[in-house]
Amino acid sequence: MELNFTGTDLCAVGGTRSAAEANYDVVVVGAGPSGIAAALEAKQAGASVLLVDENPVSGALMGNDVPLYFGGRMTAATQHSERMLEAVFMSMPALEEAMEAGVELLLGTCAWGVYRNGPGVQSLPERVVGLADAERSWLVGFGRIVLATGARDLALAFPGWNQPGVMGAGALQMLLTRYDAFAGRRILILGSHDLALETALIAVEHGLEVAGLVEVRAAPQGSADLVARLGAAGIAIHCSAVIVSAKGGIDGVEAATLTTGEIIACDTICVAVGLVPSIELVDAMHGPRELDGKRGGYVPRGEEYVSAVGDCAGLADSGFDHVEYRMDWVRALASVCAPDTIICQCEDVTRADLIGVQPPNYLTRPPAMCARSLETLLEDGPANPDQIKRLTRAGMGVCQGRRCRDQVAMLLAIEAGQPFGTIPLASHRAPVRPLPMKILADWNEPAEMEAAWDVWFGIPTQWVPVQDIGTPYEDEHRGMLYTGMYE
Amino acid sequence: MSGSEVVIVGGGVTGLSAGWWLARSGVKVTVLDKFIVGWEASGRNGGGASHYSSPLFDEEQRLWPQMDDLLGYPTEHQKERILIAMTERQWEQYRFVAERHRRLDHPVEVLDVKQVQDAVPLAGDNCFGGVHYKFGGHANPQRSVQAYAWALQDLGGTIIQHNPVTGFETAGGKVTAVKTASATYGCDAVVVAAGPQIPHLMAQLGVTIPLASARAEMIVTEPAPMMPLGGVDGHKLYGRQTLRGNLAYGGGPHEWIDVDETGPAARPSTPLARNLARRLAELLPKAAHLNVIRSWAGVIENSPDGRPIIDRLTSPDNVVVASMSGVGFGLSPASGHAIRDLVIDEACSFADISILGLSRFAGLEADWREQRGWMPIA
Repeated sequence: MELNFTGTDLCAVGGTRSAAEANYDVVVVGAGPSGIAAALEAKQAGASVLLVDENPVSGALMGNDVPLYFGGRMTAATQHSERMLEAVFMSMPALEEAMEAGVELLLGTCAWGVYRNGPGVQSLPERVVGLADAERSWLVGFGRIVLATGARDLALAFPGWNQPGVMGAGALQMLLTRYDAFAGRRILILGSHDLALETALIAVEHGLEVAGLVEVRAAPQGSADLVARLGAAGIAIHCSAVIVSAKGGIDGVEAATLTTGEIIACDTICVAVGLVPSIELVDAMHGPRELDGKRGGYVPRGEEYVSAVGDCAGLADSGFDHVEYRMDWVRALASVCAPDTIICQCEDVTRADLIGVQPPNYLTRPPAMCARSLETLLEDGPANPDQIKRLTRAGMGVCQGRRCRDQVAMLLAIEAGQPFGTIPLASHRAPVRPLPMKILADWNEPAEMEAAWDVWFGIPTQWVPVQDIGTPYEDEHRGMLYTGMYE
Repeated sequence: MSGSEVVIVGGGVTGLSAGWWLARSGVKVTVLDKFIVGWEASGRNGGGASHYSSPLFDEEQRLWPQMDDLLGYPTEHQKERILIAMTERQWEQYRFVAERHRRLDHPVEVLDVKQVQDAVPLAGDNCFGGVHYKFGGHANPQRSVQAYAWALQDLGGTIIQHNPVTGFETAGGKVTAVKTASATYGCDAVVVAAGPQIPHLMAQLGVTIPLASARAEMIVTEPAPMMPLGGVDGHKLYGRQTLRGNLAYGGGPHEWIDVDETGPAARPSTPLARNLARRLAELLPKAAHLNVIRSWAGVIENSPDGRPIIDRLTSPDNVVVASMSGVGFGLSPASGHAIRDLVIDEACSFADISILGLSRFAGLEADWREQRGWMPIA
């Protein structure tokens, strides 16, 4: 077969990508106080500014614990999208100020990926952020992007955590203060640092019963002032204790059992042990980040076109080491909770199977497999959560690891006898929010994309059966299947 | 060669399979990897195992159904494939390939729209028809790579991760040792199966291996209801439904990149995820509401004709080089066998693999990449 090369590989990307629908000097992701302030500042400096916020998210997404750990304790009110949208506006008066200043605002719009040229990719015509609402996805070009994505809830596993009513403090606060859409009445709170204390006080303000706080360490961890206010409200803090299990019924949690033997009636268990800066977008774009326990975990370091503000850039540093605190909780829970405690809810991975590096239940476990474990894997090199998740599926589910990512890393560190910081961060991938295929789909792709599309590399000699090489079939095959890089 | 020592450079699926086959023959094997086994293209692909164009095809087909038992670990191998045509042109192309399979005695069945919908519950009536390959199949790349690695260890082999190979020691026309930054590993023979880094490593031995690397992308959805046959693709996508139910698919434009001796600097995915999602939503419309939960990219090295390279050098004469040119995962049970044969017996025992030899590039022009347009974007 005579091949005449054209010097161009039509099947390679280059000039065929979908263009951005709009371009802004500055795109701000997250319309909390920090995001609004950043948007206003950029606008006042003369920039064109787009401010996006995924809230209010759909009821279905809240069910997947996006963006916070709602634990199924939303009322039906969260199904009413117009009411939810209004609630966002009402709770953030500064949004109106930003709009009046000329900031373009899109609510109910998530940013699911940030893309720019760098190592391994030079084919992007511009820096873009992928956006999506309930109808479709699109790309927006930017000169600079400011991430104000806040912090998400740290979830903790114990027997019975995988039922409605176990939720995060951030989610509870959002349901109470923004949406007035919390379905519980009586709350047990895990943790006693400021997050837990503030959550308890907010719950009381909203007329809820706080059944108590549970603290793994010997004394309350938060500021003395908040502890005193809790005491004045008659709320007990159970110190040197953790939860052993949550019992429940059809509607979820009904009671919690502590290591002290106490059984505490409650319909909600609020995990208020910590918040984790939401760095999904930064990590998915391979942006630089570093671990800082005093600021809540991994935080972005920032780069030329990308900056982070607010909790996304790190929690306020009060000298308290959040990572050490979390590790104390996970260590204590792992010592009292049975090995068959589910760690990854989406994929039904138990702690025993995680530490055993065992495959999911739909696969067989022959003797050689059963003999493998994290211990044998560590003989080959340090623990890596991405390798573990490929084998166990922990973190591979529809919640995209929001519920178990941090716990898996902590358990690996504990089992390996290594500091938390030696365990690499399990990779985040775009889309950083679960997006229906038909929403993510590019229904207006350029015709050149279709023309260039090949199932693989478009190399005609690659798929000619070896028996056919040098026969007329070889040319016939090329004519039928390829247009790629040859004439 | 029992009792001798073979060092394998590269713990991808090809190097690990070769190591496993050699260990089965009593050879003392050490696999050196720059990071973690299967971290690059070996663990980032579509899992297809139906490479009918290869001289290794028959061995691939013979071995896959046995691999779980042979390795002792699950690979998630599943048999057969169905390709669905979503355009008239694809329908013409897929039937053309089906006809070719018939003449090569590969069992195939052409399906009409109704038959496609019966066989593929997530398909719709928007297709033109399909072709059912009653051969081939697919497996879980990540699980399979680890299975090879563990099986190799069970046979006494050694895997040393986080140890990139930096060079070789030679004497008397042979490689006598393989060097990393921290140690030197003496050997009787070497297998270089280091993917995109092969040209850099082989240049140290004065051997030119023509390879160009490119980045390609995939997406995966949340689990869908299990289909009776998971190996469903077509519409110019490759992919599969995993045993968990997730739909993992790739295809479309690649990007040529330069890879230095340390390997791919990064494996970023791009908004191409949207174009993949569109095609997958068309291919399996009854799954179009399912969430896409990840996308990723991998870096694949390609030879000038897209066919693998498996050859034993004439000088140094104890080196086997193996690059699978983008079809390595599926062929791995057979490529490892072939490499084992070249190392021990100097010839492949089960197939004529001369077409995979380096001599085919003897007349290759120096500017072969430029001719093909296989150049990074400036």
